[in-house]
Amino acid sequence: MEHNFEPVIQVNDLTVSYHEKPVLWDVDLAVPPAVLMAIVGPNGAGKTTLLKAMMGLIPATAGEVSLFGKPRKEAMRRIGYVPQRTAVDWDFPTTSLDVVLMGSYGRLGWIKRPGKSEKIAAMSALEKVGMTDFAHRQISQLSGGQQQRVFLARALLQDSDVYMMDEPFQGVDATTERAIIALLKELREAGKTVVCVHHDLQTVPEYFDWVTLLNVRRIASGPVSSTFVPENLKKTFGGRISFLKENEEGVA
Amino acid sequence: MIFSILQDYTLRHVIFGAAILGIVSGTLGSFAVLRQRSLLGDTMSHAALPGIALAFMITGSKAPFILLTGAALAGWLGTLAILVITGRTRIKEDGAQGIVLSVFFGIGLVLLSRIQRMPSAAKAGLDKFLFGQAATLLTSDIIAMLVVGGTAMVVMLVLWKEFKLLSFDPEFLTASGFPTRTLEYILTFLIVGAVVIGLQTVGVVLMSAMVVAPAASARQWTNRLEGMVALSGVFGAIAGISGALISSLVEKVPTGPAIVLALGCIAACSLLFGPERGILSQILRRQRNRQTYAANRILQGLWVLSLHHKEYQHPHAIDTLEALFTISRGSVRGGLEALASQGLIKKDSIGRFALTPLGREKALALEGEQS
Repeated sequence: MEHNFEPVIQVNDLTVSYHEKPVLWDVDLAVPPAVLMAIVGPNGAGKTTLLKAMMGLIPATAGEVSLFGKPRKEAMRRIGYVPQRTAVDWDFPTTSLDVVLMGSYGRLGWIKRPGKSEKIAAMSALEKVGMTDFAHRQISQLSGGQQQRVFLARALLQDSDVYMMDEPFQGVDATTERAIIALLKELREAGKTVVCVHHDLQTVPEYFDWVTLLNVRRIASGPVSSTFVPENLKKTFGGRISFLKENEEGVA
Repeated sequence: MIFSILQDYTLRHVIFGAAILGIVSGTLGSFAVLRQRSLLGDTMSHAALPGIALAFMITGSKAPFILLTGAALAGWLGTLAILVITGRTRIKEDGAQGIVLSVFFGIGLVLLSRIQRMPSAAKAGLDKFLFGQAATLLTSDIIAMLVVGGTAMVVMLVLWKEFKLLSFDPEFLTASGFPTRTLEYILTFLIVGAVVIGLQTVGVVLMSAMVVAPAASARQWTNRLEGMVALSGVFGAIAGISGALISSLVEKVPTGPAIVLALGCIAACSLLFGPERGILSQILRRQRNRQTYAANRILQGLWVLSLHHKEYQHPHAIDTLEALFTISRGSVRGGLEALASQGLIKKDSIGRFALTPLGREKALALEGEQS
């Protein structure tokens, strides 16, 4: 692909299949530094699969991913991850602070335990997402939005250059939504690249500046202003996109 | 009497062995339970039986080291079989565990009955592995238990942080650059170790209780992983020791089942009386919620009624109030009493109720919450 930028994430010919059925087919992608990118597409389009395959969490049938010009495996520690909130059992016997501290495990490496400096970092990460008061709360007592903020704080502790987030806005309250947006903008200002699986088309132009439209294949990828246009959306979503006429025309 | 019991050589062995077993299976079992792999212990213990039988048939020896190695190998093989079945077919984990458990156990029983018909004099005694026979524990067995169990616990403590993240969020463990699959194998291997050292005392059939029950009980009392693992070990040890004592005091009660019965008592108490998650505390909490809800509705009802009068402090007879609600008469009376005791309403000389200024404030606040 031709770019006028040095890509932070480069995906070539990525294909993933479950039981021989391709869920992601021949995807090419180049993400520039310091953007907030949304991955958008209908249900079953392979959005989460793309995110996880980019991180190597699920095996790819074909294709490769590189970060900062290096194979992904060598750059693994530079990726921060926010999984879907519902992916874990929140009844696990632990506190918010302890979950956030898990963000330091990768850097600590084998056996070493988080110490005082990690705890200070974890508390300041909790403060950034407005969760200081809940640091010692058992995680099963948190609301959905609070759980999401704990996951964000954990990713902050990873102190990465690239962040991969799976539906961070899914089912959260207004406070959390504001906290996430503020955080995303802060990350971008610090030169980080953030990739979010996102399901709410209405908010794409407001929250993100880069977008990838996906439906098993990559339909389009680029700046929101030139890529998030009715023509591409129609190609991605087919006929199920009637509401866009009223709401999204201004974007084009 | 206790003193004389403790002087008994065999009993001392049994108590010591059961305590070690309880601690090891209790602590490691916590991770199996938290990873929602409670059946794993059951599968591995049943899968160990053909290993014991084959080890005897091949070597002709009943040395604990040889038999337990056979058990561990078979248990490990059973675990691998589960991984292959879930990875290569569409059968889910529980189905795969069921298949492995019954097939391996079946093979084990066939081999055992073959051994019974062998003309060898050393054959007797292998069936003790079915239900356990703690009285046969020798010093060498205890040493084997200490070595295997001690090693497993040291590995668990060293890899504590990795196992914690593996249990809570394995995907994040991978994303953090750790070899999740390898850690999973190591943890499973440790649990195999815990199961194997219990086979002689508790037996393959009841061993899974030692893995699951202490951990499930401990979870009821604590919200921290550290606390849960420690308490689980303590519960396991208490059950082991009391089971050993019960079987020595009461005639014809075998040790293994006695230990499991003691565990059952601990589990029942924990499920009933656990401070937050216990059945009793849940019932109490639900009742308290219902009472608060009823009282709030009555307070709001009084406020709505008061709107028809110039003064919000206008008193209303209890019958008027009862007619207003769909809740039972008893609850209305109870709710009124509760409100009066909080100073939100007051009762006049002829038994009518009126809002106090405080009550009016609360009613307005409730109204605000709902809109």
